[in-house]
Amino acid sequence: MELRLTPQLQYLLRIADTCLIHAQRLAEWCGHGPVLEEDIALTNMALDLLGQARALLTHAAALEGQGLDEDQMAFLRDERQFFNLTLAEQPMRRSSAHSPGGDFADTVLRNFLLACWLRLLWQRLAGSSDGELAAIAGKAVKEARYHEQHAGDWVIRLGDGTEESAARMRAALARAWPYTAEMFASDAVDDSAVASGLGPARQALQADWQRDVGAVLQEAGLAAPASTPFVSTGTRGLHSEHLGFMLAEMQMLQRSFPGGRW
Amino acid sequence: MTQPGVAQAWAVLDTVLDPEVPALSLRDLGIVRDVVAHGDALEVVLTPTYSGCPATEVITQNVRDALAAAGFGEVTVTQRRAPAWTTDWISDAGREKLRAYGIAPPSGGAAVTTSTVRFRPRDVACPRCGSAETERLSAFGSTACKALYRCLACREPFEYFKPI
Repeated sequence: MELRLTPQLQYLLRIADTCLIHAQRLAEWCGHGPVLEEDIALTNMALDLLGQARALLTHAAALEGQGLDEDQMAFLRDERQFFNLTLAEQPMRRSSAHSPGGDFADTVLRNFLLACWLRLLWQRLAGSSDGELAAIAGKAVKEARYHEQHAGDWVIRLGDGTEESAARMRAALARAWPYTAEMFASDAVDDSAVASGLGPARQALQADWQRDVGAVLQEAGLAAPASTPFVSTGTRGLHSEHLGFMLAEMQMLQRSFPGGRW
Repeated sequence: MTQPGVAQAWAVLDTVLDPEVPALSLRDLGIVRDVVAHGDALEVVLTPTYSGCPATEVITQNVRDALAAAGFGEVTVTQRRAPAWTTDWISDAGREKLRAYGIAPPSGGAAVTTSTVRFRPRDVACPRCGSAETERLSAFGSTACKALYRCLACREPFEYFKPI
């Protein structure tokens, strides 16, 4: 699919795709949650994120200007046309040789790290010069707040739980942390958004995120790992090996039966 | 035949129930933000409750069907995202209907601040016996808008409409 990419469109797609890919990963838990309450929680959060992604993709498609719709944006773009945070695409339920995943600790930690980031982003986007984006953010911030609180409760419960649960949270933290640098790695797309009043640069979220994440980690008896030079690049369209496999599954139906509806 | 007016449209919308919480009408829920007559055509403005609420499409269709059945001609339903829906818009009558239906209405006003200090509301009264001795069983429930609670006095589980 040809995509007329502008900095404005890429800025929107970074948020939309982070919500969409995070929702898709969470939905993998459907019917597999460790307890019924969490099965319901994970899929409810996925539903909120999917709703946010739909609104943003519809808006992005209108701005793109070729008459695309939300479904085409979600199901017909290729891997390098997705701009989500790399953290969101890491396997969640199923572990693989080189990646996190498979442990519930990874799931609750990622939910917390992303929900906090999204909540801070939505708060700022509520004042966007783009009225539609501001309206979407005004709704989404309420949802992200609840996700953050729920996921934060779990981080504390497991981090401050048994030796086993604390060890698993530490391991999950070590696996996820290198991917958090990308959350604050501003580039020319961010600069353009700041200049037009579309939204904040990612770097502007860092201090608040570190404060709010740090407060929960402290209560959980966990410490943030040291930062490393590694910066993942999903927001530039260069993904880890996991997104392609995920898209193959997610997009299979629309690729096989274009325009299929039911 | 004359076109029914805006006031009648509001009355019709008061009979259209939320498909997921059928104790409430769309008016009780506070999602009907405006009804505007454009000549012979009628525009109904709705504000969605949650971003991913799966009932949104059904509600739109139900509004069309109900107004068509009441004799309205051309009806358009538009979505207005801002200002975002809040449980503060649920009417007092709606809150009583929720309670009678067995769902605890949202307590207090919607949260306006964010805090990392985590205190849960302790003032969720059991909709059956009225006791304030209740505890949360699950942060999420059968629909996006509810959590699951249990009454420690009468031991009955109940749903709680989350304030947002």
